[in-house]
Amino acid sequence: MTLFEILFWIAAALTGLSAIMVVVTQNIVRAAAWLLFTLAGTAGLYFLLASDFVGAAQLIVYVGGTLVLVVFGVMLTAQGPFVNLRTGAGEWVFSVLAGIALYATLATAAWVTAWDKSEPQEQDAARSSNIAQIGMALTGIREATPEGSITGMPIKPGSPPRSRWRTAYLLPFEIVSVHLLVVLIGAAYLARAKRRKAEGATP
Amino acid sequence: MKDVLSRWLGETPAEYVWMFGAAFILMGFMLVSAIFFVWLERKVSGRIQDRLGPTRVGGKFGWLQTLADGVKLLCKEDSIPGNADHFLFRLAPYLALCGTFAAFLALPFGNHFVAKELNIAVFFMLAVLSSEVFGVIMAGYGSGSKWSLFGGIREAAQVVSYEVPRAMCVIVPVIIAGTLNLNTIVNQQKGFFWNWYIFHDPFTFVAFWVFFICGTSSCKRAPFDLAEAESELVAGFHTEYSGFRWLLFFMAEYGAMFAVSAIASSLFLGGWNTGLLPVELSETFLGPIFGNLINIGVFILKGWGGVFVMMWVRWTLPRLRIDQVMMVCLKYLLPISCVLLIGVCVWELVATSASWNTSNPVGMVIAIVAAAWQYGSAALTIGLSVWYVLKMWRTPSLAPPGVTGWAHKAPIAPGELVKT
Repeated sequence: MTLFEILFWIAAALTGLSAIMVVVTQNIVRAAAWLLFTLAGTAGLYFLLASDFVGAAQLIVYVGGTLVLVVFGVMLTAQGPFVNLRTGAGEWVFSVLAGIALYATLATAAWVTAWDKSEPQEQDAARSSNIAQIGMALTGIREATPEGSITGMPIKPGSPPRSRWRTAYLLPFEIVSVHLLVVLIGAAYLARAKRRKAEGATP
Repeated sequence: MKDVLSRWLGETPAEYVWMFGAAFILMGFMLVSAIFFVWLERKVSGRIQDRLGPTRVGGKFGWLQTLADGVKLLCKEDSIPGNADHFLFRLAPYLALCGTFAAFLALPFGNHFVAKELNIAVFFMLAVLSSEVFGVIMAGYGSGSKWSLFGGIREAAQVVSYEVPRAMCVIVPVIIAGTLNLNTIVNQQKGFFWNWYIFHDPFTFVAFWVFFICGTSSCKRAPFDLAEAESELVAGFHTEYSGFRWLLFFMAEYGAMFAVSAIASSLFLGGWNTGLLPVELSETFLGPIFGNLINIGVFILKGWGGVFVMMWVRWTLPRLRIDQVMMVCLKYLLPISCVLLIGVCVWELVATSASWNTSNPVGMVIAIVAAAWQYGSAALTIGLSVWYVLKMWRTPSLAPPGVTGWAHKAPIAPGELVKT
């Protein structure tokens, strides 16, 4: 066993076991604590695969942002001291079915895909240029895929040249940005101070 | 460092030794500097509040006071309230400490002297430092006490808000550097102090102060220590903690203070560069080992200086109210940091086109303005700081003759302080 394998199994076991605990736990904040280990374990797997940017983004978005907001929301809205989730039998059945379906899809996809088995070019996180390439592709300077349709999906080799776009991730990036802007405006609209209705208006 | 080890030990044993050795050294540094900071905090607060602080333990200056405190804390009863969620209550201090410790992994103390050199070190440090807050929130929620819960809520709201201007201010020097690698960023600032990024242009100058304010807030230090707020919330999120678990929270807080100061000094203040020499020490005749020893010393001193300023601010300014804290962030720091971000982009675009070529008068003017700002602001800032320190140094102490806060020699006889 190399160091890499030992660390991989530690991170994988941490991720998997705490993911099970998230589902089993009834208390919602405890579930959030277990989810923390799941997300941190996933980030650890990313770090092991020398994709530091994805790992750090995982930490800052999910651990620093989403999880904190989950617990924050529970703390603000909870009536009693500790909130428990009661799950009915029907909910269990549906969630197990959905879980199995999702797992089957992912497993099939992982099985069918022809993985690139070549060794990664640069294992050293300090010298890898992954992040520069991602940034260039996001801003449209560098082509993300040499030949691809505008949706980012790979195209068939024989398709007519008109449908081929030498494209970057600029368009998806912009669409996501606009989407986030819409969400922000919506949140500000919902959270704004409500004006009182005019005097005499019926409630 | 790992290269040197692998030459001796072969590939895998070297990795093991480096892994555990680096973690051990960093943990030791973090805890020892926390011990030092606790002592310094007491002395600084004593000085500012016109009292002596610890004077007796360890002979001079009370320098062993923290160890005595540590022994006291270890002997305290480790109590968990019956109402608490035991799992979360026990987990929280370790989470807080882990978040802080992980930040030290990517912190370059010297030229390539870092536990794990990352291409995205700045981003990584921000990410793990922001996960420290989760421990505090867990503690606030898991204690099962309303004071703790309020502390946790405040901490969550505050940190989630202050993360945004903090990240934007970090991007300002990153845009100039063109990399997220802290080692490279510091190496770009080598030479004299006017090469530091804080003096690069007006926007980085403001960005440093905004970043430092946000960093102070993210370490939940006064005037932003709303999560503790001992005058309102007993002790906030750690009301129910005692003994070793309480100690862990404070280790995490002091560690985070050093980490934030160290990021600030790496991004804006030249990191391990002295700023007084035209060369970088590890590249001179001193070689990578001895040169780096001096570099580490300079880096740690800069980090400690930042921590000292945080203490200075803490004991000088009163605590804000929670609405004022949020207002400072959302109404002032956030727009300021947006302006800084756009401004530094424009400055970079314009300044790269500027040249000393006389055939291009506009470019010539821009280049002159940029250089004037760089040298002028550097000279002015350093000059003012030196003048202020000298003035403070010469100010006569208000203490009675023979009694000074820093250099008290013998234990004070009862009543000595009263008979001025």
